Amino acid sequence: MYVSVKGGEAAIENSWRLLAQARRGDPALPELSLDTIAQQMRLAVHRVMTEGSLYDSELAALALKQASGDVIEAVFLLRAYRTTLPRFGYALPLDTGAMHIGRRISAAFKDLPGGQVLGPTPDYTQRLLDFALAADGEMPAPLPAAEPVAAQMPRVLELLNLEGLIEAERPAETGADGAAEPTDLTREPPAFPATRAARLQSLARADEGWLLALGYSTQRGYANNHPFAGEIRMGDVVVEMVPEELGFVIDIGDIRVTECQMINQFSGSREVPPQFTQGYGLAFGECERKAMSMALVDRALRARELGEAAVAPAQDEEFVLSHGDTLESSGFVQHLKLPHYVDFQSELELVRRLRQAHRAEGNAE
Amino acid sequence: MNTDTVSTTGAAPAAQPALSADSDYNFAFLDEQTKRHMRRALLKAVAVPGYQVPFGSREMPLPYGWGTGGIQVTASIIGSRDVLKVIDQGADGTVNAVNIRRFFARMTGVRTTTATAEATLLQTRHRIPETPLREGQILVYQVPQPEPLYRLEPRRAQTAQLHALAEYGLMSVRLYEDIAHLGAIARTYDYPVRVNGRYVMSPSPIPKFDNPKMHLNPALQLFGAGREKRLYAVPPYTPVESLAFEDHPFEVQRWDHACALCGASDSFLDEVIVDDAGRRLFVCSDSDHCQTRQQAGHTGTAVNQQGSQP
Repeated sequence: MYVSVKGGEAAIENSWRLLAQARRGDPALPELSLDTIAQQMRLAVHRVMTEGSLYDSELAALALKQASGDVIEAVFLLRAYRTTLPRFGYALPLDTGAMHIGRRISAAFKDLPGGQVLGPTPDYTQRLLDFALAADGEMPAPLPAAEPVAAQMPRVLELLNLEGLIEAERPAETGADGAAEPTDLTREPPAFPATRAARLQSLARADEGWLLALGYSTQRGYANNHPFAGEIRMGDVVVEMVPEELGFVIDIGDIRVTECQMINQFSGSREVPPQFTQGYGLAFGECERKAMSMALVDRALRARELGEAAVAPAQDEEFVLSHGDTLESSGFVQHLKLPHYVDFQSELELVRRLRQAHRAEGNAE
Repeated sequence: MNTDTVSTTGAAPAAQPALSADSDYNFAFLDEQTKRHMRRALLKAVAVPGYQVPFGSREMPLPYGWGTGGIQVTASIIGSRDVLKVIDQGADGTVNAVNIRRFFARMTGVRTTTATAEATLLQTRHRIPETPLREGQILVYQVPQPEPLYRLEPRRAQTAQLHALAEYGLMSVRLYEDIAHLGAIARTYDYPVRVNGRYVMSPSPIPKFDNPKMHLNPALQLFGAGREKRLYAVPPYTPVESLAFEDHPFEVQRWDHACALCGASDSFLDEVIVDDAGRRLFVCSDSDHCQTRQQAGHTGTAVNQQGSQP
């Protein structure tokens, strides 16, 4: 006799316990501390903060620990927590030009004011497994630079702009009350066509893998972008806001971000002379692959605005923005695990009936 | 749990007493601003039956696709004196229903129940209870895909226009094609309805067996789609018509069997495979309905064969 009706609660509780046990692993081994995760798994922490839309390395480390290193699950945990947080207002736009630089490169110019600053990058490592790490090897300390990194570095796009070769940056859309209040997709449903603010927010929260694949597709002929990495910079920027009750600017802390400005060829249209256009990417922490992919996709999504034919998936705004959020995609794909007895029963009944009709028809012929 | 010897006849009380709510969270988890946002959207939904109202869906501690729309609706209307019932596939004991019920018990401390008649607020996935609902009750549906036209036109910017113009020709053609190819409309669940003679609406993936229950129902029916960020409603006593053609009228599923446990011949039956030879048994999908009938002395073939249940 089978009919599972009662007992679900006990089963659920036991599944929690098994999960906790599996998470901890062998209790003889030391437990990971949040500091250890934040320090030694920093890029995973940065990705969770970026896609989780919450700049807090300690909470992101906790989410990663709780999720046993599953980044998508960790993003989910952080987002669900974020829902409960009060909102005090909007920060002023970040001045990434005043960034305290940790890395800054341009692939468009050999040298430029401020120079190329490689920073902590795996780009020029040989990807050989380092067995010394397996044995807790010592590492050589970095050497101090011959000259200090410049305190201010002009952005490459500003240099291009002096010649009018790149499109002027557009100010943010203003809201109904005249204030430049950005769209916030965590409070409002998305609408299409999306504002650029909504698009960039959506891309910033989107899965890195999704953006990477779409960005890659634009390089292979599915939307022709001809991109150059105009500038990639990573470092700390000041977050400022004007609290309503104070009425003046206060500094509420520094955050580390990675910014990418892609330069793309544009052959011009009837209204606009040939010039370079840009795609923009920004991510918390050191999420360079994400920022670059985001910039490619941002540029591809400007097809409509620039009068280009939108023919490729990466140029299809509703398609790109509706499928990049891992909470939505992971949740819905995995909801297939939920019982569907009733729907399946309905389909069974239909298929049996159709087969009967099919047989009857065959017999009649 | 051990699923091969579980009784449905255990006489456990249907209602679970109220607990104290988790003080780390606001009542029903959502903050009051969000609830206000939700209630405004719900009022609009009630005012325009069947119209999909976009809302700022929040990220909940349960995954999108697992009932977050229904959970947000319930969270924004539940009061401390409500009695909550949660079902999935008609049953109170399915794992996700258990999880959602526990979530609300923890976040609100309200009394929960499995008895349809006792509940003031019912959250459901994929079924409408067999026991008729009454005035004052609210049925909250979890909706995976609020857009009834999505298989015909995936772009929501387009479907919004089609709804605005009441341009439902695509849907009629689709249903007609089914008849032309298969001799019948091949939609067995999530069967599209027209609400109040205006909007074509997805009833959520309830079997079409349940569609007639929506029509002129005395209860308020609210629909929440969290991932797709839409709410809609069918106010009490609103006409809800399942789409059909004059020469191909709408029909619900029928079974050649009665429930093996309670003998009901007019309820939606789930088919369960009971042995390796593929022997089947048909039992009520609505577990409360089935138990109530069994307690009233109704029995089905499985009970008659095996004597009383363990």
